Amino acid sequence: MNRRQSIKALSVTALSAGLLLDACKTDTSKNTSEVDHTNLEYAAGLQDFEKERLEKLYAQPNFFNEHERNTLVILGDLIIPADAVSGSASDAKVIDFIEFIVKDIPDHQVPLRGGLKWLDMQCFSLYGKSFSGCSKDQQVEMLELIAYPGKTKPEFHQGEEFFNRVRNLVATGFYTSKVGIKDLGYVGNTPNKWKGVPAEVLQQYNLKDE
Amino acid sequence: MGDVQIKESAEQYDVLIVGSGAGGGMAGYVLANAGIKVLMLEAGPFFDPVKQSQQLKWPYESPRRGAGTTRAFGDFDAAYGGWQIEGEPYTTKDKTEFQWFRSRMLGGKTNHWGRISLRMGPLDFQPTDGLSDPWPITYEELKPFYDKVDRMIGVYGTNEGLENDPDGIFLAPPKPRLNEIFIKNGAAKAGVKVIAGRGSVLTEELPGNKDRGACFYCGQCGRSCKVYGDFSASSCLVIPAIKTGNLKVITNAMVRQVLTDKEGKATGVSYVDKTDGQEYQLKAKVVVLGASACESARILLNSATAQHTGGLANASGVVGKYLHDSTGASLGGFLPQLMDRKRYNEDGVGSVHIYSPWWLDNKKLDFPRGYHIEYGGGMHMPSYGFGGGIAKMNGAVPGRDGQTKPGGGFGASLKDDYRRFYGTQVGMAGRGTALARKENFCEIDPNVVDKFGIPVLRFNYTWSNEEIKQAKHMIDTFQEIMHQMGAVITSTIQGPETNYGLEAPGRIIHEVGTVRMGNDPKTSALNKWCQAHDCKNLFVVDAAPFVQQGDKNATWTILALSMRTAEYILDQRKKQNI
Repeated sequence: MNRRQSIKALSVTALSAGLLLDACKTDTSKNTSEVDHTNLEYAAGLQDFEKERLEKLYAQPNFFNEHERNTLVILGDLIIPADAVSGSASDAKVIDFIEFIVKDIPDHQVPLRGGLKWLDMQCFSLYGKSFSGCSKDQQVEMLELIAYPGKTKPEFHQGEEFFNRVRNLVATGFYTSKVGIKDLGYVGNTPNKWKGVPAEVLQQYNLKDE
Repeated sequence: MGDVQIKESAEQYDVLIVGSGAGGGMAGYVLANAGIKVLMLEAGPFFDPVKQSQQLKWPYESPRRGAGTTRAFGDFDAAYGGWQIEGEPYTTKDKTEFQWFRSRMLGGKTNHWGRISLRMGPLDFQPTDGLSDPWPITYEELKPFYDKVDRMIGVYGTNEGLENDPDGIFLAPPKPRLNEIFIKNGAAKAGVKVIAGRGSVLTEELPGNKDRGACFYCGQCGRSCKVYGDFSASSCLVIPAIKTGNLKVITNAMVRQVLTDKEGKATGVSYVDKTDGQEYQLKAKVVVLGASACESARILLNSATAQHTGGLANASGVVGKYLHDSTGASLGGFLPQLMDRKRYNEDGVGSVHIYSPWWLDNKKLDFPRGYHIEYGGGMHMPSYGFGGGIAKMNGAVPGRDGQTKPGGGFGASLKDDYRRFYGTQVGMAGRGTALARKENFCEIDPNVVDKFGIPVLRFNYTWSNEEIKQAKHMIDTFQEIMHQMGAVITSTIQGPETNYGLEAPGRIIHEVGTVRMGNDPKTSALNKWCQAHDCKNLFVVDAAPFVQQGDKNATWTILALSMRTAEYILDQRKKQNI
């Protein structure tokens, strides 16, 4: 169903539908979903300085080296693995988001680079290998030491901070992707008519809608 | 750079308006529709939501997934500008704090605002506790204009017959979302009345208006609306005014000062074109400032002459003083009973579905005035920061196996938790009355200019015990409501060391009071028509004229006041007084 049909199908008033279709027409963006340096349609409505900033960021070389990038991919898939509902963090290309966001928000850079190094050094002293060289069991064992805020031993607190940041960035990267949005079951961002909580849901919670 | 050249326009406009937000936009709309030739200057670019709104875009269409790197409220938010603008600094005095949000674009802050549209009440205009000066007008005098604004722009809500939260001419309010029904029931048990929200969103088509569509419930008013289904000054006032043929807008025009003649009368303004740095002077019979409360004060203070030594309209010395923002504090949590909830589209409107007007009697409290509460929560579109609270949620309640595990984690069970907790969150925020005080002010910094060479504002603002106690009351109340609805609080409870979470002055973006009205020219800058006491052809139509804000967001009152002032300008022109 294309946008025109979907707007018609919903009980949007005729006037709104007409105005919205006109608005869609004047929108110069193609019907693309992912954005990269070849595709700045997202920039429709952006201010000049925002467009220039974006171009500049895209022109920068990667922040993470190959080893760091690999380690982040492994961490991403340990945090959000594929399951019966949806794919993994790497299926949703979470690493590309993280690579972009550390350029966009440089405050992430030192904690991530340093944290990755911290992780490798911990693994080296425990297992004689970098994190990415460890077996999956060893990787899981390592994460168990830093993945539960409030339960972490004092000597691993820096690791906890690092892992909180990675978990949150991976969650953002995954759940703002098409894969993640579908997984969550978010069904909005489309013209509709809000008529209140569905009757069966009210019933489920034994509530009345006034 | 060569010699400075100032281009002077030979043409004299009937009325020149500085600023295109709620105040400037309304004045322009009324005057242009009355056949007056109006010129409007806007410091930012042209903005039409039809073309430039980020509405209906998905988070993955932004490489930063909606993060607020270049826009304070996220990548998709409509506001051009923010707390800091490159090359346009402001300063603070004696280590006090004020944060100044500026939205440089056609329509100003009305493109991204929360659309919460509250009338001030009789007691807000004429307080009986003696703690702030009365306005020179009463609620009854402004009521007809609130009525006209309601009809012209559209606002949803319910008539409740409350003494200080006046009823209006309302469209049907949106029904509460699931979380909001829980909030309403919890609040009732905590003794807090919850009623339908009041927002300027067209939940129905606006009678007689074919340019604006009804809301299609994407919940994204903050991005501005492509069908003009909510109120922005750009879409609802300035663009329609341009279509009359009587209003012209010059964009990227940063006003330096109001020009005056030997008699002290306003003759026009000077401005710099931000695109090429060229200086201009324009002539007008009447000058109207609607540049925002602080920017209008800045222009007046920067317009000092031999006749107006302390700044234009400032014989009283009050310009810049009595600056006040709303108080604000908030609390967040989640409803365990909503875990694993059924999915459906509950985006709703982008303003509040429910709210609590102030409900208590101050005689029994240790602080004056009051606050209202705005509520939210539910299955929102994920954006940057999604899942950030998970470690405080998934360790707070038993998992599927009945066992409570430590918060945080990773792997399949964490992924399951993101799903289980989605849509369970609730939040509430208080917005209250801060008292207008002479000691809280903005003034011209004697040492600093912006990149256009315009002297900048220096702020001096501190909260007093009245506001801090109010914030404590908010936090106590929010905890009780959360408790009564069975929610788990995830926010850190703020104590006296952080003023109970009271936001820094300016953060709520309800700053008002810097060019206040009054009957006495010794203690006020403007008369009851928002006309300068000492410059009869100069008017101010933004939130600067407010004597004292209530616990109501300012926009609806700006609109009503500006409409009233514009009609007064028409009347005075007819009588040839200006």
